Amino acid sequence: MLTKRIVPCLDIKNGRTVKGVNFVDLRDAGDPVVLAKQYADLGADELVFLDIAATLENRRTMHDMVLKVAEQVNIPFTVGGGISSVEDVDDLLHCGADKVSINSSAVKRPELINELSDKFGSQCVVVAIDAKEVDGEWLVHLAGGTIPTEIKLFEWAKEVEQRGAGEILFTSMNHDGTKAGFANKALAKLSDLVNIPIIASGGAGNIQHFADTFKEGKADAALAASVFHFGEIPILELKEALKNKGIPVRI
Amino acid sequence: MKLSIVNYGAGNIKSIQFAFKRLGVDAVLTDNPEEIMASDKVIFPGVGEAGSAMKMLKESGLDQLIPTLKQPVLGICLGMQLMCKYTEEGNTKGLGIFDVNVKRFSNKVKVPQMGWNTISNLKSDLFKGIKDNEYMYLVHSYYAENCVESIATSDYELEYASALENDNFYGVQFHPEKSGSKGSKILQNFLDL
Repeated sequence: MLTKRIVPCLDIKNGRTVKGVNFVDLRDAGDPVVLAKQYADLGADELVFLDIAATLENRRTMHDMVLKVAEQVNIPFTVGGGISSVEDVDDLLHCGADKVSINSSAVKRPELINELSDKFGSQCVVVAIDAKEVDGEWLVHLAGGTIPTEIKLFEWAKEVEQRGAGEILFTSMNHDGTKAGFANKALAKLSDLVNIPIIASGGAGNIQHFADTFKEGKADAALAASVFHFGEIPILELKEALKNKGIPVRI
Repeated sequence: MKLSIVNYGAGNIKSIQFAFKRLGVDAVLTDNPEEIMASDKVIFPGVGEAGSAMKMLKESGLDQLIPTLKQPVLGICLGMQLMCKYTEEGNTKGLGIFDVNVKRFSNKVKVPQMGWNTISNLKSDLFKGIKDNEYMYLVHSYYAENCVESIATSDYELEYASALENDNFYGVQFHPEKSGSKGSKILQNFLDL
């Protein structure tokens, strides 16, 4: 049976993890490669690296990091941040990334999704959508949720699927950082609407939240950062608990 | 040990090279028929769309070479599918090494299947030391039907062949290079064949 995925997300700047990480006794908690290996050993199913600086100068550093991760880590990983062209993706895949995540660049130029899925296959194209519920309407936001658009979440999700996205990473800006649970209603609606996997993001605070997003939110994977980085939720403990609740996970 | 990865421009080769490097073997990426023929083991990778991958394979002439190889050959993901008789993807005729067709999952399930699923009914030296229901990482929209050449099956919408074997030819739908230590074990088993 296909299992639900647990996905730690690492924010990267200049080749280093940004937010502090404190879940195991690591000599260098800022080294994404060391961290990625730890997460793989601890039972993470997949990893996401988000280049939050994403400047041109940073690109080479990011490539070096991706190469090192691919060299040492034996689980799949996605790279996102500042990707806006076929060439960008070609470079990252050549460095060993399994998937890339695009966000603002897809909103600005939706054809990019078609170009990427035609050239590399939809299996490596993740479209990240940040959205906020405003007066009962879910609207897509850009630049880390700071810039609102007129684009409706559910219409956009349908469109990215039709254009060839292989997966949607949905972050609710209403829930992100609250540790009060994922946006399960919107997630479930998304999951019913499109036929590609959905990664839930934003709001993870405890183990029950993960169980809820897999059951009520019908998510295929759940992404979180701080609860993993600070050891608030050990991945193995999380997976044991999910298994006990009848949710299929890889242990 | 001379290990070749067939280079016909298909997909993410780096992960496979790194996976073998972790096992202490340098895999050579090559489209040179002599070099491939002279290898102890051959990896036939593939990511992307079947029709265009087959086209690239034909342009390189490697579609003729691969079925004639005598040493162990391992097809991974789309590589395995191209070794089958026919695939619905792009209405593509395959190499016919495995006597089975490749079909698309229906929309009753999410497509692609993406993530970790179990492999069962294991029967091959490729899986020495791997227990039934071990988890492997898969990403695919098309599947090979269960058949006599199946050496592993998985369940997604239906029971399908997640690995195949015919003589010296092996194929795995999953990505052993991305499937943690158990995946590495399978790659090691392939080297030990």
